[in-house]
Amino acid sequence: MTISRRTLLGAGAGAGVAVVSACGSNTGRGGGGSGGTALAQWYHQYGEPGTEQAVERYAAAYKKAHVTVQWRPGDYDRQTAAALLTDSGPDVFEVNGPSLDQIQGRQVEDLTELVAGVKDDFNSAVLAPKTYRGRVYGIPQTIDMQMLYYRKSLLADAGVRPPESLDELVDAARELTSRKVKGLFLGNDGGAGVLGGTPLYAAGLRLVTEDGKAGFDDPAAARTLGKLRRLYAEKSLLLGAPADWSDPSAFLQGLTAMQWSGLWALPQVQKELGDDFGVLPFPKDGAAGRPSVPVGAYGAAVSARGRHKEAAKEYVKWLWVERTDYQEDFALSYGFHIPARISLAKKAAKLRTGAAADAVRFTTEHGYAQPLLWTPASQVAYQDALSRIIKDGANPENELRTVVRKVSAELDRVTHTS
Amino acid sequence: MRRRRVLWFWVFVGPFTIGLALFTYVPLLWSVGLSFFDAHNTVTPTHFVGLDNYVSMLRDDAFTGSLRTFLVFTAFIVPVTFALSLALALMVNRVRRARAFFRSVFFLPAACSYVVAALIWKMSIFNGVRFGLANTLLGWFHTDPVAWLSTTDPPWYWLVIVTVRLWLQAGFYMILFLAGLQRIDPVLYEAAAVDGARPGWTVLRHITLPQLRATSVAVALLLVVNAFQAFDEFYNLLSDARGYPPYARPPLVYLYYTALGQGQNLGLGSAGAVILALIIAVVTVGQARWLRLGRTEADG
Repeated sequence: MTISRRTLLGAGAGAGVAVVSACGSNTGRGGGGSGGTALAQWYHQYGEPGTEQAVERYAAAYKKAHVTVQWRPGDYDRQTAAALLTDSGPDVFEVNGPSLDQIQGRQVEDLTELVAGVKDDFNSAVLAPKTYRGRVYGIPQTIDMQMLYYRKSLLADAGVRPPESLDELVDAARELTSRKVKGLFLGNDGGAGVLGGTPLYAAGLRLVTEDGKAGFDDPAAARTLGKLRRLYAEKSLLLGAPADWSDPSAFLQGLTAMQWSGLWALPQVQKELGDDFGVLPFPKDGAAGRPSVPVGAYGAAVSARGRHKEAAKEYVKWLWVERTDYQEDFALSYGFHIPARISLAKKAAKLRTGAAADAVRFTTEHGYAQPLLWTPASQVAYQDALSRIIKDGANPENELRTVVRKVSAELDRVTHTS
Repeated sequence: MRRRRVLWFWVFVGPFTIGLALFTYVPLLWSVGLSFFDAHNTVTPTHFVGLDNYVSMLRDDAFTGSLRTFLVFTAFIVPVTFALSLALALMVNRVRRARAFFRSVFFLPAACSYVVAALIWKMSIFNGVRFGLANTLLGWFHTDPVAWLSTTDPPWYWLVIVTVRLWLQAGFYMILFLAGLQRIDPVLYEAAAVDGARPGWTVLRHITLPQLRATSVAVALLLVVNAFQAFDEFYNLLSDARGYPPYARPPLVYLYYTALGQGQNLGLGSAGAVILALIIAVVTVGQARWLRLGRTEADG
């Protein structure tokens, strides 16, 4: 009953928002009178001040249709997933996907024509997971990535150099741990959530192979994941911090000497620590290993249940393909993201020096994006196993065997549906 | 006249019936229907799969594991809350001064939301760093800070989950017990005293508890149903942006991720919900039979 009550409330609140915003649009900018086409565009709530005003400015500048922006706080992925089942959802929405099930379920429109001619200008690592059987279903807006922040002074005091391999990371974390400061913060769950497939890529493996098989059915996987257990067992990890990994607070407050966090934390870290920090990719492990950083992009997608699909596509093309000035503004003026367009990323002065330049280099050289075929079911199976390996000391080989079985079944399911 | 009565019956009952049908029975039946279909990202599926969803749900060790979690939790929280709220009621009932004060103080937490309480427990009392309340206490005894919610060996997270629910619930059930206690005829105690029963255990065992039977049955039933519906404090204590850890994951939380999360496997989620509903129905009916709910003390 809890769920249905919750959903009901959510739906009620959603309807409320829709009504309120509809009123707002009628009384406010209704005079824009643009042939009567009205489009609803959804964004998740960005933390940085100014972003909401910016996207509303872009929408207002579009003359061919009347675009209403909805800024949606809360669990955005679930809101969109639920809204796509109905006719009252958005026409255009940003999505951390779209997911394979959304594409296969024909919930989102094919946007391949929109990027014709400029497809090569989009960062291929983030465009790939939005592409299914050669068709593009989401247009990358900006790139986000994650990396390891470390405090130079604390490392120097402990006589530790920035780790270049996973073994060095484990040792460094142990040596940096004291009564007051922990060596490393990988999130309050011990790393199972945020690291995901990153250690596998650092071991030279992958989540899903080119031909759609589980990419970590290999003894190296168990070896690498077993090392994460050592971090936990040696009590080098910070756990139970008031703010989780995505927030640099634990690092800034000196609760930890190293922290895994996102590019978005960089301005704040820079402001508070000045030069006393550095950034690293997740270090390589084993002979076939190479450093890795996860990259991802929110993409603009068009709902297949919208009333004005063609108008919506035209708008998406205008904003996320043609108006590079807005794209640049969106990526760089508020939060801290890398533009999804290579040409824009190259131009950005902010990304040419210091840790930001390192981050861009990691993204180009070591970036991997979660494959489209890596579905939530696979993700849950893998993440559960990783948590058990790290926290309970479960045998990595046995755990991985189960995961490979579940993931293979899931991959079979998705590759056999048309 | 008769027609008028019928009309008025529907005027009063109609809106509720419609609401109940629309928001409870239709979704319920719809969900049962979905459980027989492959319903990825759709509520109007076309691909009938029979009992496949049930089979894969019952074979899913994460789901069966969550059922176990939930039994352990119920087996623990029900007797503990029961004993604590009964003890509180007995104590508060004997207080002679500031009765209203004590009653309100113990009842107040019942007015707090699960979400708020869970966040306070998670972020200030039981956070894992050295300045959390629990860890500050440990620090006085020179013990290392404990990451309460992240440690699986020993499973400290149960301490957090159980205490938050106890704090929230005990006051409410205390009030129920108090009401029961006040219905007991003082003559019984006087008679017992005349017969030489010493106040304390003997009186409690032979007079108070038997007289509280009806209240106790209701409390036990409510506690079990509440435990079965546990979601809020688990979700708010343990979930993060990346999901939920594989421990202390009750079935509702697991189904929430399967059906309503990015998984959007509504068929599988519905199958799980039906299984869960059946279990709850069987347990509740069994318990009601066993405890002879609805009979008065006189029926024995």
